Amino acid sequence: MDQRRFCTSARVVVVAGKGGVGKTTVTAALAVLAARLGLRVLVVEVEGKSGLASAFGVPDLTYREIDLAPGVRGRTLTPDEALVDWLEGNGFGRIARRLGTTGLLDVIATAVPGMKDILVLGKVKSIEMGGTFDLILVDAPAAGHALSFLTSPLGLLDAVAVGPIRHQAADVVALLSDPTRCQVLLVTAPEETPVREATETAFALEDRVGVSLMPVVVNGLYPEVGAPDADATPAAIAADATLIDLPLSVAEVEDLAAATAFRRSRRAVQRAQAERLAAALPLAQLHLPFIFDADIGRPQIEVLATALGAAIDALDDPGAP
Amino acid sequence: MTTFRELIDSSRVIICAGSGGVGKTTTAAVLAIDAARAGRRAVVVTIDPAKRLADALGLPALAPDPVVIDPAHWSREDSVPGGRLSAMMLDPKATFDALVARHAADDAQATRILENGFYRTISSALGGTQEYMAMEKLHELHEDGDDDLIVIDTPPSRHALDFLDAPERLLRLLDNRVFRVLIAPARTGLRVAGVAVQALVRTASRVVGTEVVDDIVAFFRAFEGMEEGFRERARRVRQVIGEPTTQFVLVTSPRRDAVLEAEHFAQAIGDHGYRVAGLVVNRVHPQFGTGRGDVLHARGAALRDLPRADAAVTAARHRLADRLETLGDFQEVAARERRHLEGVRLRLGTGAAVAFVPFLPHDVHDVGALDAIARRLLDDDGT
Repeated sequence: MDQRRFCTSARVVVVAGKGGVGKTTVTAALAVLAARLGLRVLVVEVEGKSGLASAFGVPDLTYREIDLAPGVRGRTLTPDEALVDWLEGNGFGRIARRLGTTGLLDVIATAVPGMKDILVLGKVKSIEMGGTFDLILVDAPAAGHALSFLTSPLGLLDAVAVGPIRHQAADVVALLSDPTRCQVLLVTAPEETPVREATETAFALEDRVGVSLMPVVVNGLYPEVGAPDADATPAAIAADATLIDLPLSVAEVEDLAAATAFRRSRRAVQRAQAERLAAALPLAQLHLPFIFDADIGRPQIEVLATALGAAIDALDDPGAP
Repeated sequence: MTTFRELIDSSRVIICAGSGGVGKTTTAAVLAIDAARAGRRAVVVTIDPAKRLADALGLPALAPDPVVIDPAHWSREDSVPGGRLSAMMLDPKATFDALVARHAADDAQATRILENGFYRTISSALGGTQEYMAMEKLHELHEDGDDDLIVIDTPPSRHALDFLDAPERLLRLLDNRVFRVLIAPARTGLRVAGVAVQALVRTASRVVGTEVVDDIVAFFRAFEGMEEGFRERARRVRQVIGEPTTQFVLVTSPRRDAVLEAEHFAQAIGDHGYRVAGLVVNRVHPQFGTGRGDVLHARGAALRDLPRADAAVTAARHRLADRLETLGDFQEVAARERRHLEGVRLRLGTGAAVAFVPFLPHDVHDVGALDAIARRLLDDDGT
């Protein structure tokens, strides 16, 4: 599939996944990839500190947009900020503060399930309508919360019969259910629990929210090193070393064999999990490699962006002419 | 340094804390199983266990109370007789409903609350309810005294230690001054104070509609008189957490962000006046020997760069380069993980039990794999 087509399939992409699967890393890699294609990208952090800032090697993100990388801007959009913003934008400016100081706002936000989520998504929608960005990436809350984050607008339509909040919810539902405007990118790891959760989340999102899903990202697969079936027993390694006159101690030979055996075993598990995911979830998969050499920082994001681009190239494009 | 063996034996309550995806549930299960094998009555309360783990333990989906697990699922030949393992998957809504029923003056009050729309929202959708109910369940099990050890698996949360503050946070919400005033006219002459409040409420109604606000007011009316019971309950939960036989076990993975998060947790636990008694680091990459990652990679690259030779020699060089680079990868990741963990170990102090559980070649979802973890946790104390 063409990379540009992939990155422009929807202007708003919500990146969701269970904690620890590398959701934020994938968000950053996709942002960098899209920016390389000349797209203007905004990355939005909606729940506390997600590590986006450190992935780009900048101090914490703020409500005010900052540059993260060439072509990539970033900001936070926390519920509390969105709420005050919305109240001020809807003519409740003066009373908004009193609602806040009396704690009434907390009670009300509590009473209306997902009210704050709707305000966050509503703000995303107004950024989308603003047209400053070609791609808005929302680093969603961890999986279970991502579901409630995205189902809340529908729930609110049920709970609130009138008023500006209802309008806002209706707008957000319109955004979420239009695949040309918004899609969800699920991220998972090739392991038992994340695969199960990704599958559940995917079905719940399609059934309950009606949001379109992009190919699912399977993050952290060990890359293959050399031929997977090459004999890597200590005897074979020692024989090779003798053949080329490489001095290796017995312990070294054993370490080399053990590391290879471990990697192959883990890789087999990972591949089996990716296959399990494919069987359970009829979505194309984008595989990203585990990064051995360093923690995730700017250079690793670049590496992953390239890997993501290659994985997208390898995708079938059903819509291609 | 204490060992996990000592930690488990000396605890009545163990609270497992950590960010999502680090193996908290697995760790909680391992600790409870171990106590049961040592002849104690142990219960583990989990929030959202991996389905396969639940199956391995024969654990039903949601239950209001713990169920006893068939020893066939956990007992070993060397288990001390008399042990019992119970487990439950917490149902926050049911727990909350039971709490309301307990504190209500009569059935009518309970019904009014349980059927209120605002209550239904806070009991099922409110962030923090899960945490609060986990603490509530802890308190209930502690009072019952039916178990020798209670292991609580706290909900995954970005917000460090939501569960420590959850009871207070809910109380603050229920204590809201505006609503105290709002419901006051039903009682005595506080109407005057109510005027300004009415203006606020009118504004709120304009934002979310009167139905929602009416629901809230109805809830606060219905709830009247129950705050004291809830407050007392929150105080006692704090007491249980503060007891010397209650221990915090931090669970983390060796990734930099998870370790930073764990340090942050340790700090927050300390700020609350508690202490972390144990640290479990799950999924530590194995280290194979003492070779350095960069050196191994350089040796691999040097083999690939050698001038052309006959086919057999070239093939052997490439195979060896593959092996050297594979080993180099693991040595790099292992060394890095150890560097990340140094800081958190030092900060926890010398008294804490520390265990590194290796990244197993396979995934963990049966009792056999739990055993492999248990062995690392209990026989090998972080050395």
